[in-house]
Amino acid sequence: MGLEIEQPCVELSNIAVSDTHGENSPYFAGWKAYDENRYDEFTNPSGVIQMGLAENQVSFDLVEKYLEQHAEASTWGKGATGFRENALFQDYHGLKSFRTAMASFMQQIRGGRAKFDPDRVVLTAGATAANELLTFILANPGDALLVPTPYYPGFDRDLRWRTGVKIIPIHCNSSNNFQISPQALEAAYQQAQSMNTKVRGVLITNPSNPLGATIQRSVLEEILDFVTRKNIHLVSDEIYSGSAFSGDEFVSVAEILEDRDYKNAERVHIVYSLSKDLGLPGFRVGTIYSYNDKVVTTARRMSSFTLISSQTQHLLATMLSDKEFTEGYIKTNRERLRKRYEMIIDGLRRAGIECLKGNAGLFCWMNLSPLLEKPTREGELELWNSILYEVRLNISPGSSCHCSEPGWFRVCFANMSEQTLEVALDRIRNFMDQRATAKPKIPFRKIITDQAVIDMYSCLLA
Amino acid sequence: MGLLSTKVTCNSHGQDSSYFLGWQEYEKNPYDRVMNPEGIIQMGLAENQLSFDLLESWLDKNPDAAGFKSAGKSIFRELALFQDYHGLPAFKNALVDFMAEIRGNAVTFDPDHIVLTAGSTSANETLVFCLGEQGDAFLIPTPYYPAFDRDLKWRTGVEIVPIQCSSSNNFQITESALREACEEAKKRNLRVKGVLVTNPSNPLGTTLSRDELNLLIDFINEKNIHLISDEIYSGTVFSSPSFISVMEILEERNYHKDSHPDVWDRVHVVYSLSKDLGLPGFRVGAIYSENNTVVAAATKMSSFGLVSSQTQYLLSALLGDKKFTKKYISKNQKRLKRRQNMLVSGLQKAGINCLNSNAGLFCWVDMRHLLQSNTFDAEMELWKQIVYEVRLNISPGSSFHCTEPGWFRVCFANLSQDTLNLAIKRLKSFVAESSPSGAHHSRESSKTRSLTNWVFRLSSRVREQEER
Repeated sequence: MGLEIEQPCVELSNIAVSDTHGENSPYFAGWKAYDENRYDEFTNPSGVIQMGLAENQVSFDLVEKYLEQHAEASTWGKGATGFRENALFQDYHGLKSFRTAMASFMQQIRGGRAKFDPDRVVLTAGATAANELLTFILANPGDALLVPTPYYPGFDRDLRWRTGVKIIPIHCNSSNNFQISPQALEAAYQQAQSMNTKVRGVLITNPSNPLGATIQRSVLEEILDFVTRKNIHLVSDEIYSGSAFSGDEFVSVAEILEDRDYKNAERVHIVYSLSKDLGLPGFRVGTIYSYNDKVVTTARRMSSFTLISSQTQHLLATMLSDKEFTEGYIKTNRERLRKRYEMIIDGLRRAGIECLKGNAGLFCWMNLSPLLEKPTREGELELWNSILYEVRLNISPGSSCHCSEPGWFRVCFANMSEQTLEVALDRIRNFMDQRATAKPKIPFRKIITDQAVIDMYSCLLA
Repeated sequence: MGLLSTKVTCNSHGQDSSYFLGWQEYEKNPYDRVMNPEGIIQMGLAENQLSFDLLESWLDKNPDAAGFKSAGKSIFRELALFQDYHGLPAFKNALVDFMAEIRGNAVTFDPDHIVLTAGSTSANETLVFCLGEQGDAFLIPTPYYPAFDRDLKWRTGVEIVPIQCSSSNNFQITESALREACEEAKKRNLRVKGVLVTNPSNPLGTTLSRDELNLLIDFINEKNIHLISDEIYSGTVFSSPSFISVMEILEERNYHKDSHPDVWDRVHVVYSLSKDLGLPGFRVGAIYSENNTVVAAATKMSSFGLVSSQTQYLLSALLGDKKFTKKYISKNQKRLKRRQNMLVSGLQKAGINCLNSNAGLFCWVDMRHLLQSNTFDAEMELWKQIVYEVRLNISPGSSFHCTEPGWFRVCFANLSQDTLNLAIKRLKSFVAESSPSGAHHSRESSKTRSLTNWVFRLSSRVREQEER
C-alpha cells in the first residue's frame, strides 16, 4: 500500500464556504416531511399539506386563457425577423415595450395614484436579484440595512451573503400589530451605532411578508421622514402590491413621494416582481424602480449579471400591454385572494385560533402563542414539530422570520385548491379539539443536519 | 443625500473603454442597405446570425415547445411555478448531451454537476465569487474579452493579472508568460487563485493546442490553483485542429476522479448558448464542475440569476431533438467556415493578413503595417479612421489588452454576405488610398480633413458623456 499524502485543498472563497446563504436552518425538516409524504386528494389523503410556500395559484386560469387567445405572445409571428430579433436582444436596458408595460401595470395596481416612468424601470431576473443588486449599490461590505421583523427569511441570503452587508432588525411586536414604530426605528439605528456599523438604509416589505398586511400611510410617512433625517436610503419591496385584497388599502411609497412633489425622492427605490401577483416565479421577472439617476444607471449596468430572458420579456410585454387583460386580472385576483383569506380566517377562528388582521398577500399570520408549552423559540419549534408530524401541515414558524415573539406562524392559503384548504382547516380543528381535551406528547424529531438533505430542499426557500 | 457604494463610483464596470465607444458611434449612424447605405457597418459584435433559419424551421415544426405544451397537453402552470435552482431536469440532460456532442462525445458531463445561470456573464462572475475574493487574482492570457474586466472584478473585488502573449508564436500561452504573470501578481501583493482561459479564444478565433492545455494543467497542479475554461465558442470550431476541451486532457492523463480528486476539484468549465446557438437574449449559461462544494455554492448563487423556466423548457425540447442538433452543429460550422474564408481572402486581397484561425465568430486581423507608428496612439488613430472614414466598427486590440499595437478583431457572423462584401470593398479602397504608391497629396489633405472631423466628433462625444 502506498503512502497516502494528503493534498492541501485549494481554498474556495469565504463566501463559498460561509453559512450566510442561510440555508442550513432547521426548518428544512418541513420540506423533507412534505416531499416524502405529499398530500393528494385521491392518492394520499393523509399526506402533508404544503402551507409554507407563498405561491399564487388562484388566478392561473386568467393567464392561461389570455395565452390561448393571444398566440402572438408566446410565438414570434410569421416572417423571419420576429424570432431572430428577439433571440439577439440582450440590451440591458430591456425591451422598451416591456418596460412600458411594466410601468403601466405598476401604475394600475396603485389605482393610478402614482406614475411610473419606463426609463426608470431596471429589469432583473426576479426580486431576489433586485434586492441583492440594490444592496450592492447602496452599501459597502460591513455596512448595514435596517429591516423590520418579522421578515422574509430569504433576506438573510439575498441582502447579506455576497454583499457582506449586515441586517439589523427593527423589532416589531404584537402590542401594536407589529407596526413599525419610530422608537423601534431609532433603537435599531442606535444599535448599529453601538456596533460601529454604518447604516445605509431601511428596507421594508409592503405589503408585508409574513404579516400579510399593508403598511399604514402614517407609518410610511414616518419612515420616509426617518430616512431623510438620517440621510439614508429607503427600499420598499412591493412585490405583493397586486395581492392587496382591496386596491384602496395599499398605499405605495410612490404615492407619498408624488404628493410631496418628489422632494427627497432620490433616496427611495422600489422593488417589484411578477412572481406573486401574476404567479409566475419560474419566469424570473423582477424590477428595480429608482428615483435616483445614478442608481438607475448603475443598476442597469449591473443587471448584465441577471437579465430577463428576451423570450419572457416578449411574452409579458404583450400580455401586460393589454389593458383589458390587466384591469380584469388585477380586479379578479384581488377578489379571489380576499375570498381565500376570509375562508381561512373563518376556519381558524372556528378552531379557536386568531390571526393578525390582514389585508394582503398570500398568507396569514397566525397566533398560536396560547398553545406554547414554553414561551420560547424551543417551545415554538416543539409546537411546529407537532403540527408538522401530527397535523401534517407544513407551515412556517415565526422564528424563521426572526420574529421576536414566539408562537406566531405564517400559513399560506393561495398555493392549493379550496378543497385542500378545507381539509387543512378540518385537521387544524381536530388538532385544537384534541388539545383542549388531552395533552398528547409527541417526541421531538431530529432536526435535519444532513447537508445533502438540506441542499435538496433549500431551493424551496421562497 | 445618502451615499452610494464604492461600486457605483469605481470604473470596474469598464464601460468607458473604446470597445463600447465604437458601439455608440455605430448606434448614431448604423448601416442599412436601403435606408442608410453610407452608414457604419457593425463588425464589433460577436453574434452568430448564420443559422437562425434552422432554428426557425424547427420552431415551426414543433409549436408545443414555445406554447407551453408537452405532447399537446398544457404544462403552463408547472413551468410558471418552477423556480428550483437545480434547474429543469429535462433541460440539463439535453444540455449536457449537447455539450458532449460538440466535443465529439470524447467527454461526457454529469447533469448533477451543471449549474444553470442567466448567461455566461453570470456564470463567470458566480465562479469567481466561489473561488476568490478581495486580495486574490486570476491570470488571464491576453488578448482577452474586454468585459472580463467588469464581469470578474466589479462586484467580486478580485483582480486580473494578464498572461502576456505575443504574435511571435501566434499568441500561444508559454510557460515563461505564466511565470511572469505570477511574479507580477506577487509584486502587486495579490494571491493567485486561478487561471481563466477562453477556449476557443475570443478574440483570436483559435483553439488551445494540446501542448498549451497540458502546460496549463501542469501549471495549476504545481501552484495548486484553479483553472476556469470558458468554452462558450466550442460549437463554432469549423476547421482543424478540432476542439479539445480541458476535460478531455484530464481524461487523457488518466486523472480518474477517484484517484486524483484534487485536480478535478480545481477545473471548471463555463458554457452558454449565446454563441453556438445565437441566442444571447435568452440568457442561458452554465457552470460545470466536479467540485461538489463549488457546485453546491454556485447552485445557491444561481438564485440571483436563474434561467427563465419558459426558456429552459423551449430549449429542452430543441436540444433534446438529437436529429436536429446533429444537423445544426454540422451546418452551423460549415457556414461559419465559409464566412471566415470570405473575410480572410477578402482582406488578403487588400494586403491584410489575419491570424490563422479555426473557430469563433471573428478574425484577429493584423493591421500593424497600416500604423503610422508602432504605438497604441497610432492604433487609436487608425481605429478612428476606420470607424469614421471607412465606416466599419471593428474592435481595436488595445481594448482586449493586447500588448502589441495594430491588431483588430473583426466579426463576420453578425451580418449578411452582401454587407460583408461591402465592408471588404470599403477596406480595400481605404488601403489603396493609404498606400504610398497611391495619391500622396490626397492622403495628406484627407488626413487634415479627417483630423478636423475627429476633433469635432471627439469633443462632441466628450460633451455627451458629461451630460449622461
